[in-house]
Amino acid sequence: MDQFLQHIVNASVLGGTYALLGIGLTLIFGIMNVVNFTHGAIYTFGAYAMYLAAVALGLNFFVALPVAVVAGLIMGAIIEFALLRPLRRSDIDTTMLVMIGTGIILQSGTLWIFGGVAKAVPTPFPTEPLVIGPVSLSYVRLFVFFAALALIVLTYFTINGTKLGRAMRATFQDHDTAALMGVNVSLIYTATFAIGSALAAAAGALLGPVYVVFPQMGDLAAVKAFAIVILGGLGSISGATIGGFILAFAEEIGAGYISSGYRDAMGFLIIIAVLLVKPTGLFARAERIG
Amino acid sequence: MTKLLAPLFLVAAALLPLVLKDPYLLNALIITGIFTICAMSLNLLLGFTGQLSLGHVAFFGIGAYVSALTALGFDVGLPFGLRVTYEGGDPIVGFLLAIVITGLTGFLIGRLSFRVRGAYFVIVTISFAEVVRLVALNWVELTQGPLALTSIPNMTLPLPGLGELTLRSKVENYYLVLVVAALSYLVVGGLVASRFGRAMRGLKENESLALSLGINATRTLTIAATISAAMAGAAGSLYAHYIRIIDPDVFLFSYTVTMVIMVVAGGKGTLAGPLVGGLIFGLLPVALRPVMAPEAQWIVYGAILIAILFVMPKGIVPALETLTRRKAPKAAPGKPLEAGARP
Repeated sequence: MDQFLQHIVNASVLGGTYALLGIGLTLIFGIMNVVNFTHGAIYTFGAYAMYLAAVALGLNFFVALPVAVVAGLIMGAIIEFALLRPLRRSDIDTTMLVMIGTGIILQSGTLWIFGGVAKAVPTPFPTEPLVIGPVSLSYVRLFVFFAALALIVLTYFTINGTKLGRAMRATFQDHDTAALMGVNVSLIYTATFAIGSALAAAAGALLGPVYVVFPQMGDLAAVKAFAIVILGGLGSISGATIGGFILAFAEEIGAGYISSGYRDAMGFLIIIAVLLVKPTGLFARAERIG
Repeated sequence: MTKLLAPLFLVAAALLPLVLKDPYLLNALIITGIFTICAMSLNLLLGFTGQLSLGHVAFFGIGAYVSALTALGFDVGLPFGLRVTYEGGDPIVGFLLAIVITGLTGFLIGRLSFRVRGAYFVIVTISFAEVVRLVALNWVELTQGPLALTSIPNMTLPLPGLGELTLRSKVENYYLVLVVAALSYLVVGGLVASRFGRAMRGLKENESLALSLGINATRTLTIAATISAAMAGAAGSLYAHYIRIIDPDVFLFSYTVTMVIMVVAGGKGTLAGPLVGGLIFGLLPVALRPVMAPEAQWIVYGAILIAILFVMPKGIVPALETLTRRKAPKAAPGKPLEAGARP
């Protein structure tokens, strides 16, 4: 039972960052109809931005974090402006392949510049874990959880409570009508991709210090983000939030009680199971089912 | 004229080892040939039915493992105290088994994943490939996991009345790959020209219209996936017996990306496309290797993929065809036909 409690706590902490990853991806798909294969690379980019800011520039940990998030925001805006804007009228497969190419360039570029050796990012938190009864939890993970939660709340507020958010939701429903109502749809697309990328970079910057930073770290993160988004339904933000926690629980329970080698397989098995039972995801509007 | 191009190309490829003796280049050509077979099989799905499968490497890898394990033998414990022990056998049996098993896997995965389309389909296929990779990594008793399967024997061909021939040298393997590639080309060409091929293209152009004409979408797509998977499995088997060592890295996503780049750059939905794309991207590393690091090569790959999608979204072969057609005065104006549409 004690072990089970520990698993629950671990899963909740992990779920926060998973939700962050999933929301970024689902936002971009929902509004732009782009399957963002750069998501994992941007996650890695965020982690390296954190490393550069905290280690190379020697910034304070709490200053380096927003710097990394803003770097992700800018990177996302550049990618959208340079590559997706000219392809606005292309089909989804073309943009998907362009995103794959961009992801390859980003990842190989990281490997080329920083080498394959994993980097550690030091944290200002005490190394002894916080022990409450049978459960122990490191301070840095606790911080990561609350930071992720704060970013999720901020994203919800941006989308549901601001003028930009209203324009994004209008574009989500019908971009032609939104354009007729005076929404600058191109700007909304850039903003969406930038915000989605910033969330991925934030996840990378938060998890980088917990684990280590290396060029291929984004591969698994990307696939997990896809699992989360499929679980919640492509385009659903609350679905992605819940999906993030479900995946974290499935992984934690699966690794604890079945086999730790198949921990990372949980996401894929969830994808396959969800698509067998309810192909549109658990919380989504129907897209197109053959 | 264009009809003669394929046999001419085959003759040229068959004569090549007579002049080309460099083992490094020969090796590059063999690997290129194997991946070109993969690209041709992927083209059947991606090009002719329009379904972007990003899990194609799974079939390549399963083919490699099936073939290697058939040749090497295995001893595995299963649940309920069962044990399967197998001594190992002829590589040619492994080759045939690889085709059958990957074909069956392709059928099952097709049945499962063609319930969905578009982005969902892409993600299911990626997930499938990743699950298979994790199984290969973790089922150590069968696959040796990251320790790799080593000392895989070379392919052996039984010659009736003459005993058997073990393909040890590069030249022998080159011809084996060439023959399999030519057969794959013929299979794809035959399929595309058949009634079945028209059904595939119908689904790609307009699924609702094709359905209204009585084309069974799931059935057509599943058959295409089965054949495509079996061809990739054959390529995987060739790879295993040529390289003679395989580990779970044969399931890496970057291999799928290579195949996709070959098809998209060459021209999806054309017979010659994967061949042209396969040759260019198979031999590009040879050209780039002296001048840049592998990471930089991948940057070039990514950049070329993006550039091709921007400049010639249909690929090199259709772009060339449009060019030559513009020059020929007899050609009818209007929308260029799909290259595969001609007999």
